[in-house]
Amino acid sequence: MERIRNIGDFFRMYVDGFKNLSWGKPLWVIILVKLFIMFAVLKVFFFRNPLNEFDSEKEKSEYIYNELTKGHNINVKIKKYGTKCN
Amino acid sequence: MEQSVIDWSRAQFALTAMYHWLFVPLTLGLGFIMAIMETLYLKTKNAKWKKTAKFWMKIFGINFAVGVATGIILEFEFGTNWSKYSWFVGDIFGAPLAIEGIFAFFMEATFIAVMFFGWNKVSKGFHLASTWLTVGGATLSAVWILVANAWMQHPVGMGEFNVDLVRTELNDFWAVISPVAIMKFFHTVISSWMLGAAVVIGIASWYMLKNREKTFALDSIKIASVVGVTGIVISIITGDITGNQVAKTQPMKLAAMEGLYDGANGVGLVGIGILNHDKTYNDGKDPYLFDISVPKMLSFLATRDINGYVPGINDIIKGGYTTQEGNIAVPVEEKIARGKEASEQLRLYKTATNEEDKETAKAFFKANSKYFGYSFFNSAADTIPPVSLVFYSFRIMVCLGLLFLILFVVVIYYIGKNKFTAARWLQKTCLWAIPFAYIASQAGWIVAEVGRQPWAIQDILPVQAAVTNINASSVILTFFIFLLLFTTLLIAEIKIILKAIQTGPVESVEDEQY
Repeated sequence: MERIRNIGDFFRMYVDGFKNLSWGKPLWVIILVKLFIMFAVLKVFFFRNPLNEFDSEKEKSEYIYNELTKGHNINVKIKKYGTKCN
Repeated sequence: MEQSVIDWSRAQFALTAMYHWLFVPLTLGLGFIMAIMETLYLKTKNAKWKKTAKFWMKIFGINFAVGVATGIILEFEFGTNWSKYSWFVGDIFGAPLAIEGIFAFFMEATFIAVMFFGWNKVSKGFHLASTWLTVGGATLSAVWILVANAWMQHPVGMGEFNVDLVRTELNDFWAVISPVAIMKFFHTVISSWMLGAAVVIGIASWYMLKNREKTFALDSIKIASVVGVTGIVISIITGDITGNQVAKTQPMKLAAMEGLYDGANGVGLVGIGILNHDKTYNDGKDPYLFDISVPKMLSFLATRDINGYVPGINDIIKGGYTTQEGNIAVPVEEKIARGKEASEQLRLYKTATNEEDKETAKAFFKANSKYFGYSFFNSAADTIPPVSLVFYSFRIMVCLGLLFLILFVVVIYYIGKNKFTAARWLQKTCLWAIPFAYIASQAGWIVAEVGRQPWAIQDILPVQAAVTNINASSVILTFFIFLLLFTTLLIAEIKIILKAIQTGPVESVEDEQY
């Protein structure tokens, strides 16, 4: 291919580059297989974000709040600072 | 929460991050070296530099292709295994990661193609600019990842805790690019030059041992050894500044790095030491079975005063000492109590039925909110990181860094005296040194990340609160899937690189296709 003079030549550089791959071919196979495993297998079957099961920000924050405060000892006495509001 | 979920989630993230970090430092280090080689080609017009640069671009390309997107799994894990963490800090952590995605995609995808496909199709100057921009894109993408990581070590730039959404929120983006973040960037990226240099010198030494491509090999070694020495010297400086920052922002990490239980003025730095593994917090036993220390050095590194006070693990837990900022350290037991009080007030806020109660609870929550993260601990001892892992990893990183400095200086000396070709012992040493560069690099991350434990975000969110409440068996299953996937990728990379090395640099560089 001749020197790049316009945007069309620029895209043809990509096309020619990929067409004439030699040692790069197995690398692209690796990349494509890897992306397939990541997005079509792992992402679909193993990576379920529990927060996506909720529709609103409020529901998500409620879930987080419940998870964060689960099992906390809420009757703790504060030695130095401890006045409680109720 | 099952302990096994926490442990396996932690192990899974560590596995993914450590495998990812096998590819990244070589991209950063080798990229810089090959860009220098191409610059020399443009300056000298000597085709040998083009041949040299193209060979190392091939190794760069293989490493880049195999390593690309392994980091995506880390981002999946944020959602799956660390959903509470993602929610809690997503507003802050998301910004640098989003910028990273944009930079990484556009800069690297555009210019890496010109770098590989554009020889003879663009001017030499434009090609060189594309090479530098590819390296720059990779480095810029590292900037944002490291900014995000530094924020976890030293969280800044947040506004008031949002009690309605139960999350911290960003109110000053530029504060996130803190001195800690800047130093983490320089230390991490520039120490990668050492790894890139070690790989180049090691592979080039193999050619010397095989009596092949001697000019190419010697030219490569000349460039790489200078880059390696420069990288290590800058890393020593940035490491020193980072250590000083850690003393101020993460004193527990520093104490773990040194195995220091009882602080004092004028504390020495343990150069070589064996920890007493029976030692536990506050038991009065000697923390070392054996140690050789540099007198007063730790005090100097931590405070810039040879008689400065450095708190140990016991002091940090007991509190009461004066910090470098001039504050009186709060005892950990009190932080835990105040954290639990914050948790209680958050519950009262959430369950209050009238505005007045809500406002009162909010006010009390606010008074203790900075200790909310401590509410997840049951005892002060829970706040101590795994001391021996941090202690030994730190020494491995420093010792290997210094050994590489000596190795590179010796290489420069032998090259300068024209003795390198005959010094087969040195060539063998350089070849066998390659894995140790990776060990040094990984050890650095172990110090940074394990030293921060038990916190996911320092003083804000501990790991047990950040982890998603999912089935342990799912985490174990995915751990082994990743182990298999990453190991396969690593074997593939090594095989392809070894084949490329066997083939060697191509004589007719004009005709070579990628």
